[in-house]
Amino acid sequence: MKLTLRVWRQKNADADGAMSTYEVDGISPDMSFLEMLDTLNEELTLEGEDPVAFDHDCREGICGACSLVINGDAHGPERTTTCQLHMRSFKDGDTIDVEPWRAAAFPVVKDLVVDRTAFDRIIQAGGYVSVPTGSAPEAHATPVPKPDADLAFEHAECIGCGACVAACPNGAAMLFTSAKINHLNVLPQGAPERETRVLDMVAQMDDEGFGGCTLAGECATACPKGIPLSSITGMNKEWLRATAKGAGR
Amino acid sequence: MARTVWDSTVGKKTVMAVSGLIMLLYLVAHMLGNLKIYFGALEFNEYAHWLRTMGEPLLHYEWALWVVRVVLVVAVVAHAVSAYQLSRRDIKARPSKYVHKKARASYATRTMRWGGIILALFIVWHILDLTTGHVHSGGFEEGKPYQNVVDTFSTWYGNVIYIVAVLAVGLHIRHGFWSAAQTLGVGSRTRDRALKGLANVLALLLTIGFLAVPVGVMTGVVS
Repeated sequence: MKLTLRVWRQKNADADGAMSTYEVDGISPDMSFLEMLDTLNEELTLEGEDPVAFDHDCREGICGACSLVINGDAHGPERTTTCQLHMRSFKDGDTIDVEPWRAAAFPVVKDLVVDRTAFDRIIQAGGYVSVPTGSAPEAHATPVPKPDADLAFEHAECIGCGACVAACPNGAAMLFTSAKINHLNVLPQGAPERETRVLDMVAQMDDEGFGGCTLAGECATACPKGIPLSSITGMNKEWLRATAKGAGR
Repeated sequence: MARTVWDSTVGKKTVMAVSGLIMLLYLVAHMLGNLKIYFGALEFNEYAHWLRTMGEPLLHYEWALWVVRVVLVVAVVAHAVSAYQLSRRDIKARPSKYVHKKARASYATRTMRWGGIILALFIVWHILDLTTGHVHSGGFEEGKPYQNVVDTFSTWYGNVIYIVAVLAVGLHIRHGFWSAAQTLGVGSRTRDRALKGLANVLALLLTIGFLAVPVGVMTGVVS
């Protein structure tokens, strides 16, 4: 396959960026999108140019490191991570636009790499359970109803890639935050911190400069892990419950 | 890290949802009341007069009406201020646009902000036209709402302004009602279809109900 790539190039966080056009040839439809970018980078390196910086790690769709807005879609046209997106999703001769996640809370570090540590700080605000360490507890001591376990697992699937923020017209982190809150709030292990978790994580999310939710639904459409939009509804419910209980005071 | 409701994006959305639902309730009552115009001038004018004597003799003349007005003004201001502040925040949170543009979200969702501004302007015109009579086209007469309505919808611009606003209200409710349910945490996957359906039915009924009045005047049924 022969492709024309229009890639966002930006030297550093303070520099102005712009789209640069590159031609790549000899791309196999079985390559992943990242392997295609590797091919481009090898050529750029041989030509003595600066390779395109992009985030990647596990390359098997479970770590959440890879990003990229491809032709306007977070992680591209398929509902998966960019590392699991294959070039067979494109046609020979296509022009592909590659841009970084766009959000005030995700500043561009270089080219296609953005700083997603805002997510880490949201997790630090309450995305954990406090448990005493020591010997492993008896597994049957804390029964979890099957529907609750399923719900927790569904939300636990979130890999924190930030596609929801990238797709949101408001640069909101509601889907990420709600997935993390619902994951723990539905479980008995998360119960002691149920109220403070939702209040603190939502407060941190606001402090990071993410936008608000207008229920556009773009986040859930873009999510490679299929976190549903109803997750945000669940977070709102938890937030109202905790606020009504006066847990924030 | 305790926050008040007003300091939180989720809290401010709650304010929007509650104030929006108050206005929606009012719109349903307003629309049903409007339809009395089809029973003739006498009944419509009597109904309008009753709105002022509502609650008597327990309440004084127009007290009940003023309670409704105050609640509505509070709702409109709360809705508009939170919408403005949240919108400012949203725009700031996404400072750079994507080069590759894509039509995002539904039409009703994308037009919430402009629709809201159109509605705010319409409310001002609507009150000046049919409550105070300042911008009324004919000889405005207090206590004669039937004739006043006929006058307004006998002008082309009266019809245009009104119809645009009613269509905007329909679109606004279509997204707004369902969104309010999500914000208040009553939505769920099993209820989603029902809530979306209810939002569409409400939006459609209100649009048709409100449009019935200018259409009645234009077709000569109401004259």
